[in-house]
Formats: sequence, C-alpha cells, structure tokens
Amino acid sequence: MTYLLCIFMPLTGAAIAGLFGPWLKDRGAQVVTCGGMLISAGAGLIIFRDVALNHQPITVPIFTWMVSGGFEVDWALRFDALTAVMIVVVTVVSCAVHFYSIGYMHHDPSVPRFFAYLSLFTFFMLMLVTSDNFLQLFFGWEGVGLASYLLIGFWYEKPSANAAAIKAFLVNRVGDFGFALGILGTFLLFGTVEFDAVFGAVSGKASAQMEFLGGQYHAMTVLCLLLFVGAMGKSAQLGLHTWLPDAMEGPTPVSALIHAATMVTAGVFMVARLSPMFEYSPIALDVVCIVGASTAFFAATVGLCQNDIKRVIAFSTCSQLGYMFFACGVSAYAAGIFHLFTHAFFKALLFLGAGSVIHAMSSEQDMRNMGGIWKHIKFTYAMMWIGSLALAGVPFFAGYYSKDIVLESAFAANSGVGLYAFWLGIAAALMTAFYSWRLLFLTFHGEPRADEKTMAHVHESPKSMTIPLLVLATGAVFAGYVGYDNFVGGSMKEFWGNAIFVAPGHTALSDAHHVPGWVVHLPVIVGLVGIGLAYYFYIVRTDIPGAIAARAGWLYRFVYNKWYFDELYDALFVRPAKYLGHAFWKDGDGRLIDGLGPDGVAAAARYLAQRSSRLQSGYVYHYAFAMLIGVAGLVTFYLFVRAG
Amino acid sequence: MIVQALAFYLFAIVAVASAVMVISARNPVHSVLFLILTFFNAAGLFVLIGAEFIAMILVVVYVGAVAVLFLFVVMMLDISFSELREGFLQYLPMGALIGIVLLVELLMILGHWLFAPQVGDARLHPTLALDQMSNTHALGQVLYTDYVYLFLGSGMVLLVAMVGAIVLTLRSRDGVRRQKISQQLSRTRRQSIEVRKVRSGNGI
Amino acid sequence: MFEIGLSHYLSVAAILFTLGIFGIFLNRKNVIIILMSVELILLAVNINLVAFSVFLQDLTGQVFAMLVLTVAAAEAAIGLAIIVVYFRNRGSIAVEDINLMKG
Repeated sequence: MTYLLCIFMPLTGAAIAGLFGPWLKDRGAQVVTCGGMLISAGAGLIIFRDVALNHQPITVPIFTWMVSGGFEVDWALRFDALTAVMIVVVTVVSCAVHFYSIGYMHHDPSVPRFFAYLSLFTFFMLMLVTSDNFLQLFFGWEGVGLASYLLIGFWYEKPSANAAAIKAFLVNRVGDFGFALGILGTFLLFGTVEFDAVFGAVSGKASAQMEFLGGQYHAMTVLCLLLFVGAMGKSAQLGLHTWLPDAMEGPTPVSALIHAATMVTAGVFMVARLSPMFEYSPIALDVVCIVGASTAFFAATVGLCQNDIKRVIAFSTCSQLGYMFFACGVSAYAAGIFHLFTHAFFKALLFLGAGSVIHAMSSEQDMRNMGGIWKHIKFTYAMMWIGSLALAGVPFFAGYYSKDIVLESAFAANSGVGLYAFWLGIAAALMTAFYSWRLLFLTFHGEPRADEKTMAHVHESPKSMTIPLLVLATGAVFAGYVGYDNFVGGSMKEFWGNAIFVAPGHTALSDAHHVPGWVVHLPVIVGLVGIGLAYYFYIVRTDIPGAIAARAGWLYRFVYNKWYFDELYDALFVRPAKYLGHAFWKDGDGRLIDGLGPDGVAAAARYLAQRSSRLQSGYVYHYAFAMLIGVAGLVTFYLFVRAG
Repeated sequence: MIVQALAFYLFAIVAVASAVMVISARNPVHSVLFLILTFFNAAGLFVLIGAEFIAMILVVVYVGAVAVLFLFVVMMLDISFSELREGFLQYLPMGALIGIVLLVELLMILGHWLFAPQVGDARLHPTLALDQMSNTHALGQVLYTDYVYLFLGSGMVLLVAMVGAIVLTLRSRDGVRRQKISQQLSRTRRQSIEVRKVRSGNGI
Repeated sequence: MFEIGLSHYLSVAAILFTLGIFGIFLNRKNVIIILMSVELILLAVNINLVAFSVFLQDLTGQVFAMLVLTVAAAEAAIGLAIIVVYFRNRGSIAVEDINLMKG
C-alpha cells in the first residue's frame, strides 16, 4: 500500500489539478498537488527505510501490460536499494520544489497547470526508477521527457521558451533513438525485456556476437553503447548536452527539480541499473568514463564565463553529471549514485537559491546586473553559501564525501582511462570552486549594479520558499556524512544487495579507500585554491577578469560560446535538415507530388476537358457528321476486316 | 419482263432524283413536295415487288399525313427563305467525299454475296403463293396473331406522340377572349351593373 | 440488266440512305430539312426490309416495315411539334443557331 501510495499520489494530484484546475483555482491545485507530494515523500522515506536500510527488496506486480506472442510485458514496481535511493531523492526534492513553487509562482496566471505538470513529472520519474523491465523504463523515460518539454515551454508565449522546449525534445530524441535501439537489441539477444531475466542471462551471453550495421560486433558492447546514447541524451553529456543550458528558459523550480536533481540523473540511474550489462563490456565502460570525464571538464570551462546565473548552475550540473558517469565508468556505480544523491540536494538548493535571488531582483538573471545584495537577503545568501560549499567539495559538506570518493575511485581504477578521468575531474573541481564563488561574489558582493528601482524592491522570499531551502540545505550539509557508510563505506555490500552488480576484478571502489594521501587531499586543495582565486579576481582585483578576457580574446570567446557546439550543430545538422526540409517541401512535395499528383491531375483533367468540350459544338450537323464517319468506319470494318 | 425492269428503273431513278431535290431544294416547300414524290415512287417500287399493302400504307401515312404535316409546318412558320441556303456548299466537299465513300462501300457489299443454303429453314412466316392468299390478308394474319403486342405497342407509340405533340404546342395566350360558359352564367347583377345618379350637365 | 434482283432494290436503298445522311449535315439553315432527311433514311430502311422480305419469302420483314412506318410517323409528329415550339421561343429554326448544348 505504501508503495502504491508513493508512486500514484503524484499522478492523482496531477490529474486532479490538471483536469479540474479552473475549478480548483490556484489554492486548490496547490493543496492537492503539494498534499499528494507530501504523502508521496512520507511514503518514500518509509520505503527507503524498509527496502534500503532493512534490506528487503520487493517487486509489486500491478498488471500485465501487453502480451504479443512470446513477448510479454508486466507492469510491476521494482523496489531495491537503488530504486529506494532514487525515490527518496525524487520525492523529497520534488516535495520541496512543490512548496517552493507556491511562493515562486504566485504571480503566474496558470498556477494549476504548473503544479499539474510538476506532479506529472514526479510520477513519470517514479515510474522510471521503479521500472521492472526495459519497456517500463522507456515509458518513464519518455514521460519525463514529455514533462520536461511541457515545463521548459511552460511560458509558451515566449518564443525562446518554445524554441528551448523543442530543442530539448529533439536532442533527447537523438538519445532516445539510441536507447530504443538498445532495448530492441536487448530483446533480440535475450528474448525478453524483464530486468531479472536479462540480468540472469547476461553472463551466458557475455561473448555473444551480434550483427549491427552490417558487421559482427560484441553484442554487449553494442547494446550498452546504444543504451548509453540514451543516457547521454537524458543526462546532457558531451555531444548531446546542448539542450540543458537552453532548458533554463523554464521556471526556476523546474530547473531545480528536473534539470538538476532528478531527470538529468536518469541516465546515471539507468547505467547503474543496467550495471550487470555494462560490466560485461569493458569498451562501453571506457566510453562511459571518457564521455563523463570530458563532459565534467568541458562544462566546467564553459561555466567559468557564463553571465546568466541559472546557466552557470546549469553547466555546473552538466559537469557534476560527468563526475557521476565517470564513476560508473570505472565500475564505481555506488559512488556515482552517492554523488547523484548528494548532488540532488545541493544542486536543487543552489537552483532554488538562485530562484530566490531572481525573485528578489524582479526576474533579473544576468549576474552583471546584480551585486551588493547580500545585506538585503541574508537568508538566501547563507543558503547559496551552503550550496556552493557543498558543490565545491569543502570538507564535511555533502559534496566533499561524494566527490572525493568519485575521484578516488577514478584514481584507484588504475587504468589510463581512470587517470584521464581523475585529472580532468581535478581540473573541473578547481574550476567548479572558482565559478561557484564567482557567482557568489558577482551576485551578492561589490557595488550594486542594478538600477535604483530594482534595488529598492529587493526583498527576502516568503516562508513557502525559504523552508524548502532549509530542508534542502540540511540535506546538502548532512547527506554526505550520513550516507557515506551505507553508500560507499563499510556496509556498502549489504546496503546495495543485488541492485548493483560489479564484476569480480573491478575493484575501483573498494580500492578507493586505500589511495595515497595526496589523492585524498588534492580535491579539497584545488577547491580552496579555486575559492581563493575567485576571491582575488572578483573582490580584490576586479580588473583582472576583464584584462584576461581581453588578452586571450579567442579563448574567452571559445569558452563563452560553449565551445561553439551550438554553432557546430547548427551548421552540421540544423541547416542541412532545414535546407533538406525546404527542398522536400517546395520541390518534393510542392512541385513533384502536388505538381504531378493532385494539382497535375486536376490541371490535366481541366485541360483535357477544355479540349474535349470543343468537340461539343452544339451543332446538330457536327454530330451527324460524326455519326456518318462512324457509319463509314463500321462499314469499312465489316467490308475489309470481317468479310475480307 | 422488260416492262417490269423498265418500271423499276423509272421508279428508282425518279425516287433518287427527287430525294436529291429534297435535300438541295432552295425552298422548303419544294423539299416537302419532292419528299412526297420520293415516297410515291418508293410505293411504286413496293407494288412492283409485290408488297402492295406496304405500298398503300406508305402512300396513306406518308403522303396523306406526314408529308402534309411537314407542308403545314413549313408554311406556318415564318421563315425567310432567302437566307436559308447560305453556307450550303461550305461542307459539301467533305460531306460528298464521305458520302461517296459510304455509298461505294455499300454497293461493294451488294456486289458479291448470296443467301446461305439453309436460309429457307429460318423463315418465321413463309409467304404463301398469291393464288392462295393476298398480301394484305397474309400480313393481317401475321400481324394480328404473332405480333399483336407489337401492334398494340405501336398504337401506344402513336397515342403518346399525339399527346406529346399537343402538350408541346398548346399554349394559353394572353389577350384572347374566349367563351367561359360557367363564369358567364354565374355572374350576378351586383358584379355586373352599377346604378349611378347622373347629374345633368356632368359626366360620370 | 433487265433481270431485277434483290441487289437492285438494295442499291436504291443505299443511295437513298446516303442521300439522307448527306442531307443531314449539308443542311445549315433549316431543321425541317433534317427531319425530312431522317424520313428518307427510314424509307431506305423500309425498302431494305421489304426487299429482303419478298426475296426471302418471309412476311416478318413487311411487318417490321410497318412498325418502322409507325415510329417514323410518331417521330415526325413529335419532331415537328418541337420545331414549332422552338420557333415560337427563339424565332428561328436555323441549325446554326441551335447550339445550346455547346460544351
């Protein structure tokens, strides 16, 4: 009962708020959805206690979804440690965001719609994490994609929001295509899509070959890479990351919930969930690791130069997702999930804090127009500090534990790929600390750069916004310390049970506790260095950043423009596709199909009718003449052909 | 024998010549008269061949009814004959070509053909010798027995044609005063006359 | 030459038939001439029927000739009535003016 309550309360709330929004009014929708989420979060915590802490994994069957010949898919909720962790993250953060949204969205004219979408998203996310088979996973996967699309485009009057929503949807399509192919391939190879059945059969198929694109390849590698493409799309990894910064067009609570804490981590969750498959494909693991590390580094560099407060945090999210992936890539799935867990709290906190700032600054998002407001919004300021400290991995905050274990695992993997990830991760950690404090200093310190009117209006957010911040801040401070032992520490084995599979010999995570001392301390040191640099650049010598930007103009522009990924894709895919589409439209459809088809036939019929109507002169003697010719022809026929 | 042949050629030539005149006469009245002549000669041909009842019918029906009807209509309609023949020759070459081709072909068919030997078995109503039964008598025996329904049907055709002709041409013209007996009889004094006082020296 | 056979009659009928058709489309001005041409064509048909009837010694042909006569009479009556009405409405029976069916 608790299990069903946890999953379906958000759906109920969404349905009620969405269908009856106009009658419920804002307040009613808020009560319904927030109440649903509160129940759901409570149930989620109970589930976490039962399933994860008391080690009682359970599968709750609901009904048979589809049966087609030998293909049978059940609808079942699978609860194990991995699911339980995700449920806690999703429900708690979602609950906090729901309450936060009451305050944040109170100006908005379509509050019920917003809350309905938010709850709907939560439901899909819960479906995703509780899925018992690939198809159900895909259902949740697409569902969160839909909800993300709806929420990014929530302010549909804004063309930029629409464009961003479409972009997010399309980029995710690329990933989902790979994901779908992976699922189909899995079915092809295993004849089933049930997780248990597939995972049980993996070891038997470890060296199976599979034909793909006309060549014979190692089946598990093909499948894992295809599935990972899906994860890349959803989790905004390098190459398919372009949608995430644009997704910041959505309301800030959405950014916090979907594009920081939950949906974007679905890729990491999926890789961890499918760890029995990934473990049998070293190549796929290496790819995951390299992509993750590259993303972590790339996104951190871009984050250095962004001016939009939300975009900075968005790139930071992208970067942190990279950490999670390279942790998975070195078989330290538990470390990746641990980082996911802590990251959800402090990133949601940062986003909601940024939302609070934006709220205070009358919807101003450009940090160049902020500054000097810390005295006015002390609470938000403190929250942002906590979030940033956690993000930078300063000791004893949540990020410290998870980021360190990730980096140590990468180092302990003791492979070329692992070291690549480790060093890029260290570099990214330095930059993370730098841009986090750059954000803090630009936003809160220095001379006020906003106009008088905005400054006079700066105010602390209402209680409904600050309390969720407080909840998340608690998580950002203590989640790492509390969770360390269970997630990656001594009781790791009992905690995870069968949820995560690590092949024998992949010992990165257990070795991570025995790395040299300098590896342990290096992340903290670079973090502090980053903070110091930021302090020097943005408080002491505020002229330096400008000078550097001017001196190394091309580098600055390169980074500022996100390594020109958007422009590259624009030139590579968007323009040719647009050109092709235009050609198909004008030439293919307009000229060829319409021209020869409907229009052409119509024109030909018209032309022929016009010509043949000339025959109908209306004069009797013309008809008589025609008859005469016919008679003569018939007679000739009988005379020469039949008789002859 | 020779008399019969001469009579045939006489009738045939006159018929063809008057048919030519029918389609080429400048005046439609002349056309009708030549049409009558054509029918007379065709009737002669029929008599010559021994189908005297058909010949008589032809004279009675065509000359007595149809041709007179034509004549009547032609004369009734107010047609200016002067322009009637304009453009006659415009299509003559082409028409003549086709017509002659057709004629030649029809005559070619006549050139070589013969009855199948068993054609006699296919006879439905063999003609009896004249000494046994006259043509009219024999025809009547066939028409009123085997073809009685067709006979009645042709009667219906004629009836419908008559009704149709009347319906088509009947019209009620305005301004024509007619006797309407019932209306005239049902008139009352009140509707018809009015008594006025007339002052001397003034009109009404 | 002097032996009159079926062919002679058929030749006459063929000539009359051709003349009738000729009359239909040579004529430009008067619908009545067309009607007369139709009568000529029907006469040609009748001559054929009667000639075959006599030479095959079968009365059926003559019966059908009578039926053709009947239909020809009806057709003439209706045709002339139509011409009268048409003339009343249009003031002309010139064939060249009759082209309301023009496509």
